[in-house]
Amino acid sequence: MTGVFELVVKGLALGSVYTLVALGFVVVFKATGVINFAQGALLLLGAYLTSAAAVGWGLPFPLAVAVAALGAVAFALVVERLVVRRLQGRPAVAVVMATLGVAIAADQVVTMVWGFGPRHLDDPWGAGSVRVAGVVLSQVDVAALVVGAATAAGLAAFFRGTRLGLALRAAASDAEAAAALGIRPATVSRAAWALAATVATLAGVLLASGPGAAVPNLGEQALRAFPAVVLGGFVSLGGALAGGLAIGVVEVLTARYLPGQELVVPYLAMLAVVLVRPDGLLAPREARRL
Amino acid sequence: MRRWSLTAALAAVAAYLVLPLTVDDYWLAVLNLAGIAAIGALGLDLLTGRTGLLSLGHAAFLGAGAYTAAAVGGPFPLWLAAAGLVGAALGLAAAPFAVRLRGHTLAIVTLALVFVGQHVFREWTSVTGGNAGRSDLPAVGLPGTHDQGWFWLVWALVAATLLVVGNVARSRTGRAMAAVRSDEAAAAVMGVDVARTKAAAFVASGVLAAAAGALYGSYRQYVGPEDWGLLVSVQYLAMVLIGGMATLAGPVLGALFVTALPHVVDVVVETGPASGVTAAQVTQLVFGLLLVVVVMAEPRGLAALAARARCNGRRSPRVEQGCA
Repeated sequence: MTGVFELVVKGLALGSVYTLVALGFVVVFKATGVINFAQGALLLLGAYLTSAAAVGWGLPFPLAVAVAALGAVAFALVVERLVVRRLQGRPAVAVVMATLGVAIAADQVVTMVWGFGPRHLDDPWGAGSVRVAGVVLSQVDVAALVVGAATAAGLAAFFRGTRLGLALRAAASDAEAAAALGIRPATVSRAAWALAATVATLAGVLLASGPGAAVPNLGEQALRAFPAVVLGGFVSLGGALAGGLAIGVVEVLTARYLPGQELVVPYLAMLAVVLVRPDGLLAPREARRL
Repeated sequence: MRRWSLTAALAAVAAYLVLPLTVDDYWLAVLNLAGIAAIGALGLDLLTGRTGLLSLGHAAFLGAGAYTAAAVGGPFPLWLAAAGLVGAALGLAAAPFAVRLRGHTLAIVTLALVFVGQHVFREWTSVTGGNAGRSDLPAVGLPGTHDQGWFWLVWALVAATLLVVGNVARSRTGRAMAAVRSDEAAAAVMGVDVARTKAAAFVASGVLAAAAGALYGSYRQYVGPEDWGLLVSVQYLAMVLIGGMATLAGPVLGALFVTALPHVVDVVVETGPASGVTAAQVTQLVFGLLLVVVVMAEPRGLAALAARARCNGRRSPRVEQGCA
């Protein structure tokens, strides 16, 4: 029994990372209607910048993460200004391909600068493990759970309690009405991209720390959060949280009981769900206007 | 107009006959791979360009075709037809998603097809050879050297595909596709069966993708799971987009461009191992940046550039030539 419980907690820890990535997708999509395929590149950049700041410049780890997040935010704002905002109103294929192009180019720049070898982050938790309530957990899992919960709580407070959060919510529910009330669409778009870059950095750091390291295909991990986004219904932050945690648990349990199938089961679950509930499991069914 | 297209047709036929005799095998191989890619890209254009269904799952269909050719074997028409049938069946299986989902969500769900496909290619070892892949694909008896023979075969198939796709585009189904792309609700109101049109687009795209995959496998005499990743899907979308969506010339130009890019970069960029930067990295960087630039600067692609050049200086531009 402890075994299953331990696996579920591990799954929730992995799910926290997926949640972080999923939140980035959802925040940008809600605010600007763009699916950001460059989210993986932001994650990759965040992890490598942390490594550079912590190992290369010898900064303390929390400061290194903050510096990396600033770098990722700066990159995201450049992409938002130069590419995404100019594609407003264009068909989905144009926006998807542009963000994919950004992701492919950014991946190359990362490997050109930092090479293909693994880069350690000099993180405080390393490969150690702790015992909590009779369950053995690796320290990075604990960190993921804490960071995930703190980020979710922080985002909830941001969206409920700040003017900018309110502006983002207003723009998401009706962009035109929000603009008419004086909420600048450009501000909304910039804020959403900055938030996405920040949570992507956190996710990248969690994936690359502990026993892991920053590796060139880290960005592909972001794609694994897509089932979480779709299961959660694409536009709801709570849905992204629930979807991310569910996918994490499913993946860890599958890895234990059906080894080798863990990377495909989340996608199969997503395919099954969208056939029955195309709007996701948690999103309210919307009447479609013609 | 008539004289122009006659000249172009004659030039194309002459090039078709003479190129394999004059171009060396290295660049002939590039042209062969581009021709095979053009068939797959024309299929994706039916789906994404003409019907407006964004699919990131094309690589799975291509791979299924290649493995079908390996599993069926036998003479050329047999394995090509078998691959087409498998592609059609998979397209039909993917259609329900297209009916339920739109735009971005469809892109993500079709992305899942790539991962599921790669998983099946790795695990179903009795058919696919697992991670090692298969190198016992059926060969085709052709005149000339390997690459000469394949050039004549592939580009004849490209011409046949162009003929079929061009006719489909002008048919009732083709116009229904265009109607679905511009406005689903309006199309339904006018009596277009939206679900059926989307299914038809997925089936047709699946047939062409699987055929292209089968040709790719037979040409290279190898098929492995690494050949059908997400990047391949992105490359095919890039061919359609860079070439020009919903045109006949576009996917072909795009396939030539995307296939030739790494080889041109190889020639242009002198990257010794000392610099630490490989030609593959430069290729991907250029590819990524080009995607962004093309989407932003000329969303109608190379075909539109060609049309514009052709229309320059013409006194009475014609709308149907894209000169408006």
